[in-house]
Amino acid sequence: MNNRIKASVRDLNLWYDEGAKQILYSIDMDIYAHQVTALIGASGCGKSSLLRCFNRMNELINGCKVRGEIVVDGKNIYDKDVSEVAVRTKIGMVFQKPNPFPKSIYDNIAHAPKIHGRVKRGLMCDKLVEESLRRVSLWEDVKEKLKEMGTSLSGGEQQRLCIARAIALKPDILLMDEPTSALDPISTQHIEEAIVELKKSYTIIMVTHNLQQAKRIADRVAFFHKGDLIEYNTSHEIFTHPQDKRTQEFIKDKYNQNG
Amino acid sequence: MKKRRRRLPTKHPFEIRQLKSRSVKSYLFKWLSILTIFFALSFLFIFVSNVLYRGVSAFNQTYIQVPVDITQYAVTTNPRVAIQRDHRKLVSRAWVRNLPQMVKETPTLLNTREEMWILADDEVDQYIKGKSNKLTSKDRAIIDKLKAQNKIDLRFNIIFFTQGDSKMPEYAGFLSAIKGTVMTVFVTMMVSFPIGVMTAIYLEEFAQDSRVTQIIEININNLASVPPILFGLLGLAVFINVIGVPRSSALVGGLTLGLMTLPIIIVSTRTALRSVPNAIREAGFALGLNKFQMVWGNVLPLAMPGIMTGSIISLAHAIGETSPLLLIGMITFIPDSPSLVTDATTVMSAQIYTWASMPQGAYIERTSAAILILLGVMVILNMIAIMIRSRFSKRYNYE
Repeated sequence: MNNRIKASVRDLNLWYDEGAKQILYSIDMDIYAHQVTALIGASGCGKSSLLRCFNRMNELINGCKVRGEIVVDGKNIYDKDVSEVAVRTKIGMVFQKPNPFPKSIYDNIAHAPKIHGRVKRGLMCDKLVEESLRRVSLWEDVKEKLKEMGTSLSGGEQQRLCIARAIALKPDILLMDEPTSALDPISTQHIEEAIVELKKSYTIIMVTHNLQQAKRIADRVAFFHKGDLIEYNTSHEIFTHPQDKRTQEFIKDKYNQNG
Repeated sequence: MKKRRRRLPTKHPFEIRQLKSRSVKSYLFKWLSILTIFFALSFLFIFVSNVLYRGVSAFNQTYIQVPVDITQYAVTTNPRVAIQRDHRKLVSRAWVRNLPQMVKETPTLLNTREEMWILADDEVDQYIKGKSNKLTSKDRAIIDKLKAQNKIDLRFNIIFFTQGDSKMPEYAGFLSAIKGTVMTVFVTMMVSFPIGVMTAIYLEEFAQDSRVTQIIEININNLASVPPILFGLLGLAVFINVIGVPRSSALVGGLTLGLMTLPIIIVSTRTALRSVPNAIREAGFALGLNKFQMVWGNVLPLAMPGIMTGSIISLAHAIGETSPLLLIGMITFIPDSPSLVTDATTVMSAQIYTWASMPQGAYIERTSAAILILLGVMVILNMIAIMIRSRFSKRYNYE
């Protein structure tokens, strides 16, 4: 297994409401390249907030404060000379609910690369769209109807379109915030297959509520409890020999519940 | 302890006591609401049918065939003598006044004597249409005779759509008011649409939630409820007295109505922007778009139907508004069609107001006809708004 460190979180603290509410307490963790890292934990444990720290989406929330570092490829993304726009093009994100733009399937993917000047209209753009859709195995289904609205697709297809849209910018890291929680089992399976494929090219960090899913596709799992990182290990270790009592309980409860 | 009233045993397990009285209540309520709707609709029906009854006749105009003797004297000195004494009161003075002009355009008419179809006087017109008039019995006899000879005809009132206002009711038309409305509303939209939409975008998408933006918000909401006449005062004080925009012009009218519609457009645009799901904004930001790119490329296209609907409704509002125009001199006698936004102009609603205060039957009938046209424009505008809303809400069906 590749053990190159892609990103590391250093002593990260996060507050909402102008520092009144602390969400994350001194998180330290390393994210390994070309692996799927799953963040698990009960609702409100801060796993989604941590995910949003990776592409500085938390800055959109009023009264949010971050202390600490997230070092990606040797550079802290919270440094003053790093713009959040650059961070977000390098670190893509897929959301819980599919949120395609109300544009055609083609434009959904081509919109951002065009704005960032990566491609111009024409052959190169067509190629980028095709390649992105192929990576999420959506190309065969939609190649005849690229001009149709992205919102006309089914939920699972919409989510794959959103993943394709994110990878069209060729990010280094792909963040996924419960990407399958709004989908049916078959669509979930499609997405999971896509994720396993995608990790060959990208580093993936995902939040999931579904422990079976974490077990199926994650290489490493981090368990959060009330803003603390309790345990972080390979997926196998976490699910077979959890060290911390809270992890054991969580996995026991949750695993049986979901099963 | 209170003694409980003993209840009769129910007949079957699904029996509920008081079910009947409850259903009677709901039945009554339903019929009461139907009655109120019926009541409102009947008022609308009475209003529209009354306007139709009075106004439809204005779309026809009486013409009269009389001998015209075009002599040099009539053309140069007194056109009235071209018409025989008996008929002088029956033909339109507007036609008589135009006679020299007519001869100038077609000189062959000079020194001819022939029977011509001429626009009739408004009193004759009213008499032919069977409405009250001030004709003497002698004149009526002449008209009856002419009618028997098929020398009186009702034709489509083209003058109503090709002329401006006139002191001679039979020659008064609606064109300058229509033109004035188009120009005024154009200025209104040029002012209030860009300013309103941009203000709304700033407040909704860019501004931080602070004391200052809250004060701005409250003021905009209050502005929407300011009586229109105050906007007229403002227009008079600022645009005419300070800036020196010409009085009665489409420019000053448009600016004043623009100020009036501004808060409506701001509020409706903000509502439209707020209805765009936040997920769209997040998706844009997550792709590294900045705020402008995100708003311009993703939020505005989604909000556009709502913005258009709000703007069209405020436009209809501006078209129907009269009171602010009182103070900036737009409610006045304007016979000529305006050709520039700085020309003296009247608008449809102002023309209706002017005609409504006139005593002659022909003006009354024109008032109703003008109301019909104004109502038609309103209905069309509202239908466009509804169409945009239903069409785009289907297209952008988004959870």
